[in-house]
Amino acid sequence: MSRLIDVENLTLQFDTDEGRITAVDDVSFSLEAGEVMGLVGESGSGKSVTAKSLMKLNAGNAIYGERTKITLHLKGGPIDVMGLKSARDMQVVRGGAISMIFQEPMASFAPAISIGNQMVEQLQIHTDMSKKKAREVSIEMLDRVGISDASKRFSQYAFELSGGMRQRAMIAMALSTKPKLLIADEPTTALDVTIQAQVIDLMKDLVAEFGMGIIFITHDLGVIAQTADKVAVMYLGRIVEQGPVRDVIRSPAHPYTKGLLAALPHLDDLDAPLIPVPGDIPSPLERPTGCVFNTRCSVAIEGRCQRELPRFTQIDATHRVACHLFTKESVSA
Amino acid sequence: MTETPLISTKGLSVHYPLRGTLIGPKPVVRAVENVSIDIAPGSFFGLVGESGSGKTTFGRALLRAAPITRGDVTYDDGEVRYDLPKLEGRELKEYRSRAQLIFQDPYAALSPRMTVRDIIAEPLEVMGLTNSREETDERVREIAAKCRLNLEHLRRFPHAFSGGQRQRISIARALVSRPRFVVADESVAALDVSIQADVLNLLKSIQQEMGLTFLFISHDLSVVAHICDNVAVMYLGRLMETAPTRELFSAPRHPYTQALLSAIPSLDPEDRRGGQKLLGEIPSPTNPPPGCKFQTRCPFAQDRCRKEEPELAHIGKGHNVSCHRWEELAAEKVLA
Repeated sequence: MSRLIDVENLTLQFDTDEGRITAVDDVSFSLEAGEVMGLVGESGSGKSVTAKSLMKLNAGNAIYGERTKITLHLKGGPIDVMGLKSARDMQVVRGGAISMIFQEPMASFAPAISIGNQMVEQLQIHTDMSKKKAREVSIEMLDRVGISDASKRFSQYAFELSGGMRQRAMIAMALSTKPKLLIADEPTTALDVTIQAQVIDLMKDLVAEFGMGIIFITHDLGVIAQTADKVAVMYLGRIVEQGPVRDVIRSPAHPYTKGLLAALPHLDDLDAPLIPVPGDIPSPLERPTGCVFNTRCSVAIEGRCQRELPRFTQIDATHRVACHLFTKESVSA
Repeated sequence: MTETPLISTKGLSVHYPLRGTLIGPKPVVRAVENVSIDIAPGSFFGLVGESGSGKTTFGRALLRAAPITRGDVTYDDGEVRYDLPKLEGRELKEYRSRAQLIFQDPYAALSPRMTVRDIIAEPLEVMGLTNSREETDERVREIAAKCRLNLEHLRRFPHAFSGGQRQRISIARALVSRPRFVVADESVAALDVSIQADVLNLLKSIQQEMGLTFLFISHDLSVVAHICDNVAVMYLGRLMETAPTRELFSAPRHPYTQALLSAIPSLDPEDRRGGQKLLGEIPSPTNPPPGCKFQTRCPFAQDRCRKEEPELAHIGKGHNVSCHRWEELAAEKVLA
C-alpha cells in the first residue's frame, strides 16, 4: 500500500455573527490507497467539515489554522492542498483526485439537467475525453453500479429515479473520473436497510476493483463495522479515539466511544437497556474548556478534565485515545 | 388474548384514486390492502417495512387522517367505543383528543414562530379541553416536566433546541391532551444514536406511567426489537407477518422478514457475511405484481407465488404469516 493523504494539525474556525467558532481542532490522520476510514460522531461533531477541508470546500468564512498541513500524494508528486489558491488550481483536487458522495441524493443532482449530461459535463472538465467517449464511459459506469437499462437511465432526470437508484447514480458519477480518494458523507443514511446493504456491498466491490481510498462519514457504528478498516471517533471537532475498526469497536477506550456503543440497540440481547449518552452536544459557541467531552462524561476526573486538554495516549501501535484516564503508565501496566 | 383490544382492524384498506381514462374502471393505488390487526391496550405495537410499504398510511388511517376505503376499525378504551369509519362531527373531535400522532422530523414539526409553551398548549386550546389559562398552564407544566422540559425551556422558541430536545417537545404536545393511543411515526429516525436511546427510554417510561398504547412505526428493526411487544411487517400495503417480538426475531417465517433482519449491519467487524441480501427495490404501488406482492424479490418464489396471493395464516402463539411456502421453508430450515 502507498500513502494517499496526510492530514496534520487540521484546525478550522468559522467567523460568524455570533463570534468565531471552532469547528475542527487539531485533527491528524492519514490514509493509504485502498483503505477505508470511518469518521464517526454525532451531528455537530465536525465530521463533514473535516472531510470538506480536504478539498477546501468550506464556506468563505472558514479560517484554517496556521499549522494545518494537508498533503495529497499523487503520481506526479505530493500536492500541498492548503497552498492551492485559485479555483483553477483546485480542480486537480476537487473532482479530480478527490470525489465526494453526499447524503441526500435528491439534493445533489441538478433537477433540470439529465443524469447523463451531468456525468458527461464533469468528465469533460476533469479529463480530456471527447463527448462521445464521455457518454460511453458514463453509461458503462451506470451499468457497473447495477443500474439496469443504463442507456435509458442516462437520459432520465433525478426525479425519475428512486432513492437507491439516485445514490447509485451518484456513486457512478463520483467514480467515473477515477478519483484516488472518495469521500462518502452519510451515503446510506437516507436509504432503507435493504438498499443500504446493497450500496455498502457495491462500495466494497468498487474499492477492491479501483483500489482507491475512502473516507466514510456516518453516525452508524454498524455501517462502520461492516465497511471500514480503521475508524476515527470525533466529538466537537476533535478526534477522541482512533485505531483499527476491530480494536475500537471491540475494546473501546474513550468514554464517548463506549457511550455510542451502549446507546445502540443490540439484536442479540433484547433485554439490555439502552443507555443514552447523557445531555446534548454543546453549542460550538459554548465550547467546554479542558477535555471537550467533560460536560457529558460520567467518569470525568473532578478538576482535571475541566481544565486540562488530554493528549493522545497510544494503547498499542495503532490504537490511540485522548483521555486523562489513559496515561502511558496505566496502559503499560 | 382475552383482553379487548384497544384498536382492532378487520380488512382495513386505504385506496387512493389515480387519474384515470374516461372509460373502464378508475385505477386506484392500494396503499393499504386488507390489513387485520389487534393492538392490546398498554402495549407497544411495532410496524416495520421499507419506504413505500404503507406503514405511514396505515398509521394515519387509524387516526382518521387517511381515508378508510373498506374494512372495520374499532377503538375501545373501556370508556368509549368508536367505529372509526363512521365517526364524524363531535365524536370525531372527541376521538382526536384520545388518539395522537408524533412526527418524524422534529425540525419540521414545530412552528418556529411559537414559544414552546404555546406549541404544547395549542392542542388544549384547539380542542377546548381546559376552561382557563391557569388550567392550561398547569397542564402544560405537568406534561413538560414528564418530558424533562423545565420552565425556562417553555419561554423559548424551537430554534434554541437540539434535535433530541425538539423531539421531547413534540412528544409533550402529543401527550398534553391525555390520549390513550399514540402513533409514533419514525419518531427517532432523525436522531443521533446517543439521543435516540434517550427518546426511546422516555417513550417507554411515559407509556408505563400513563398507561398508553403505542403504534410505533419504524424502518429500523433493531429499535423495534427493543421497544415493542408485538411487531407487524408490511410490504406494498399488505401484511406479511405479525408476531410477538421475541418470536419474530427468533423464528421469522416470512422471507421478507428474514431479508430485513439480515440487512441490518452487524456490529461485529469479523462478521462481514453476505447473508441473504435482497435484490432490487420495492415495486411501484401503482403497478403491483400479480400473486404474492413479494414474489419479484423473493428468492423462494415459485409458479404458485406468481399467480395466487397468499392469505394471512395463523401459525400459533399470535404468529401470523402470509406466505405459500412458509411450512416447507421452515422444515428445510432455509430461514434460520
